[in-house]
Amino acid sequence: MISFDDLLPLLPLLIVTLTVVVTMIVIGIRRSFIVSGALTILGLLLAACVAMVMLPWTNQQVTPLLIIDQYSLLFTVITCVASMFIAVFSFPYFFRLDDHKEEFYLLVGLATVGAIVMVSSNHFISTVLGLETLSMSLYGMIAYPLHSKDSANYPLEASVKYLILSACASCFILFGMALVYAQTGTLSFTSLAVLDPELVLHEGYTVVALLLISTGMAFKLSLAPFHLWTPDVYEGSPLPATAYLATVGKMAMAVLLLRFLTSTEALSFGAIPVVFSLIAIASIIVGNLLALLQENLKRILAYSSIAHMGYLLIAVVSSHVSGEGISVEAISFYLIAYVVMSLGAFAILSTLSSSENEIDQVTDYQGLFWRSPWLATMLIAMLLSLAGIPLTVGFIGKFYIFFAGVESSLWVLLAALVIGSGIGLYYYLRIVYIILQPLKARQQTSFPIAGIESVSSYFVIGLLFLLLILLGVYPSPLVSLIKSASSFI
Amino acid sequence: MILLALISILFVGGLIAWASESVDANFPRIIALITVIVELAVVCLLLLQDSSAGGWVASVDAAWIPRFGISFYLAADGLSVLMIALTAFLGLIAVGSAWSEIHERAGFFYFNLLWTLAGVIGVFTALDLFLFFFFWEIMLIPMYFIIAIWGHENKNYAAMKFFIFTQVSGMLMLIAIVMMAYLHFVEFGNLSFKYQDLLNLSVANPLQFWIMLGFFIGFATKLPSVPFHAWLPDAHSQAPTAGSVILAGVLLKTGAYGLIRFAIPLFPEASAQFAPFAMGLAAFSILYCAKVAFAQSDIKRLIAYTSVSHMGFVTLGIYAWNEQALQGAVMTMLAHGLSAAALFMLAGGLQHRIHTRNMNEMGGFWIHAPRMAVVTMFFSIAALGMPGLGNFVGEFLALLGAFQVNVLATVASAFGLIFASVYSLWVIQKIFQGGYCDSHFEVSKLRDLDRREMSYYALMMFGLIWMGLYPQPFLDLAEPVLTSLLASTQSVAATLIPIPTLTPTMGAGL
Repeated sequence: MISFDDLLPLLPLLIVTLTVVVTMIVIGIRRSFIVSGALTILGLLLAACVAMVMLPWTNQQVTPLLIIDQYSLLFTVITCVASMFIAVFSFPYFFRLDDHKEEFYLLVGLATVGAIVMVSSNHFISTVLGLETLSMSLYGMIAYPLHSKDSANYPLEASVKYLILSACASCFILFGMALVYAQTGTLSFTSLAVLDPELVLHEGYTVVALLLISTGMAFKLSLAPFHLWTPDVYEGSPLPATAYLATVGKMAMAVLLLRFLTSTEALSFGAIPVVFSLIAIASIIVGNLLALLQENLKRILAYSSIAHMGYLLIAVVSSHVSGEGISVEAISFYLIAYVVMSLGAFAILSTLSSSENEIDQVTDYQGLFWRSPWLATMLIAMLLSLAGIPLTVGFIGKFYIFFAGVESSLWVLLAALVIGSGIGLYYYLRIVYIILQPLKARQQTSFPIAGIESVSSYFVIGLLFLLLILLGVYPSPLVSLIKSASSFI
Repeated sequence: MILLALISILFVGGLIAWASESVDANFPRIIALITVIVELAVVCLLLLQDSSAGGWVASVDAAWIPRFGISFYLAADGLSVLMIALTAFLGLIAVGSAWSEIHERAGFFYFNLLWTLAGVIGVFTALDLFLFFFFWEIMLIPMYFIIAIWGHENKNYAAMKFFIFTQVSGMLMLIAIVMMAYLHFVEFGNLSFKYQDLLNLSVANPLQFWIMLGFFIGFATKLPSVPFHAWLPDAHSQAPTAGSVILAGVLLKTGAYGLIRFAIPLFPEASAQFAPFAMGLAAFSILYCAKVAFAQSDIKRLIAYTSVSHMGFVTLGIYAWNEQALQGAVMTMLAHGLSAAALFMLAGGLQHRIHTRNMNEMGGFWIHAPRMAVVTMFFSIAALGMPGLGNFVGEFLALLGAFQVNVLATVASAFGLIFASVYSLWVIQKIFQGGYCDSHFEVSKLRDLDRREMSYYALMMFGLIWMGLYPQPFLDLAEPVLTSLLASTQSVAATLIPIPTLTPTMGAGL
């Protein structure tokens, strides 16, 4: 029997689930966009607070499926807060949608349930459950404005593309899990490196299984060469869905990958670190080079996310080489930094846009600095942070990656990082330059006048900007929090 | 605390200047002027403090990111104080040169100007290598904005090139810095980015050489030395006048400062091995860029190339690594800061008046702008190294010191002085002498220098004459720092390069 004590650590997950159910019932009674939005936001906020309170003293395996320790709780907090922010700025975005809009919040809530399960998972079953819950909700979020007559882009194309490819990737993961199960007879993440010596003969099986699982996970993280879906899906989705996919989706997957790699000790199999290094180099080069050619801001952010996940993999590879080193902290900090800065960029894009008119061409942003200086300053800060410039959290993140790389002497990967960041500067600075240009004369109608409904998203943007600068200038509190949490990995 | 004040005055002043724009369009420049004057006053306070002991005049130390052993550690000695004084002085000049030139979005302009200066002062005082890198990068962003917003016709290209060159080379330096901290961890068991801690490291040689190279590339790009100099002519020709003043006057000096403070003392053996190569590069920079300067028709590009050429003397002096040469390098940094800034202001002033930088469209301006002609003449002659002015003292000392170490590179570099007179006098001939030429503009546009401009030039002339005739105060400030740096590396370097015995009062002998 599962006792109350066992369930207590699951409280954040239960709160989010309850929020979804309550919101659904309330929608059934009376449709109100603002009420369903407020319920979801409050639920996520409550879950985040509860997880925060539980953080210092909870360390428990709940059922064989979920591990609730400092590390998973830290990322539960971040998942809930990020989802809450997305819920806030999706409000003005969908405000004028000519269709039912309340259910979007249900999908946000459900996706968050999936993400929380993923960050707390140390078992193949919970991995699949969390992954599929998240993905299923994302299909719906991406296709959300489907019935709208004047939807800005191609949600159906994006959703179907994501559905088919994501399902393929899930198949890879499942097949890999089946092979692991055939070897070990257990579905929990246990060390593959210390298998029964009699099974050493079958090491080939294990490597194939690990490669299959890694392929599926690399797809979800949109690492090259499994990145082809990313730009199209980013471009076709409504902005809040893109933001969710890019931040919470990637972060949950990366935490899961880290937990999987460290508990199974997958990187100790000869070829696997090499494969990951190659994927990292390919992602950094491909992401940065292809971003140079884009005119659409969402596509640029898509390619930049490919490159950023490549940077992250450097620390992942390093976690194997240096053992007790700093790499797990590097991964965690970089993930948080990445969530803050890309969420900020998407929040600004989303606030300027609406479901019927997305402002996503780079040229649309010409003169933004002279039109709304605050918003432009914050967007510039987000872009510079993505480029890894000091005073922003992105720099500290990159510093961590450098440190992890130096500690493990991964010179080739570090060279790729330097070259990639150098190329990356070009497209970030190009956007910054366009933002700083004088206004075009015929550009009067390009930015919609934001109504009162946008106030809360300005608040979110301001908060993210503050976080970006604060963590860039004084990261110590987060650094020590991550240090203590990372010891649980 | 005084160092913290130096930096925060500029940061806060920048913010106020930006905010004040909405009240009155004239406020930003007034506030910027007040800020740099207050800054100069604080620098004077700093100069009054006793630094003869060779120790640190002032310092601030607080934990910043304890996880990595990073502290917020600022300290200044005689060398830093000289550089800070130069920065604050040129800050005043830069505000003056922008006074009538920048009208559009003035608030944001002065914000960027002051923040660049704050970053530079941070670079000159930071003794924690992480903090140093932090400031090193911070000064780039506002400079990027200055070029990208208020620049001339090809500003996007120039700003981008400037940023990418310095940023990528900076990342190599960051790797080197992180490696130092990590090696400290390996050797002593704790991470530290502190300068004094890292000085105690003993790194095996092949590795030491690579780390040194990371620092060298970072600093040589900023300096700039020849293979890494391509960003400078573009950035200078496109930047607004005040931007050029800061760029030539102080930003380039951060590279030289970095070499003196970090690259050589941290890696004495590797640097000693590398010295012949670096001095060769310096000689090549001097000659090649002097030659290229002569081929330019764009006056700002010409001055930019002469900057690279003159900074070659600094590299030469630094890598000679003896007292004369180092004093020469420091003096050249100060004197070139003034003369190059003045020349860029003159070029900028010309461009502001007649809207061209092409010297082929100029000629015979002496008739209509005699004061400008005389001032240009003065600074050109200073730049070519006329005895009695600051540049001569610096370059002469640098050559004198370098001669004791590397005869070949020094002899080659000395030809740079001859080339310098060729291109400097050629500029005067092209623009101010010969037949009057005004096919592209109204003669009324060619106003002579007004009283405000004259006062700035007079200040800089005074500085150069002072350095030329009585350099002792400057030498005295730098001397204890340089001797202690030399002493710390001499034991290692002595095994590799024969260093001649020094006369203790060499500066007085001039």
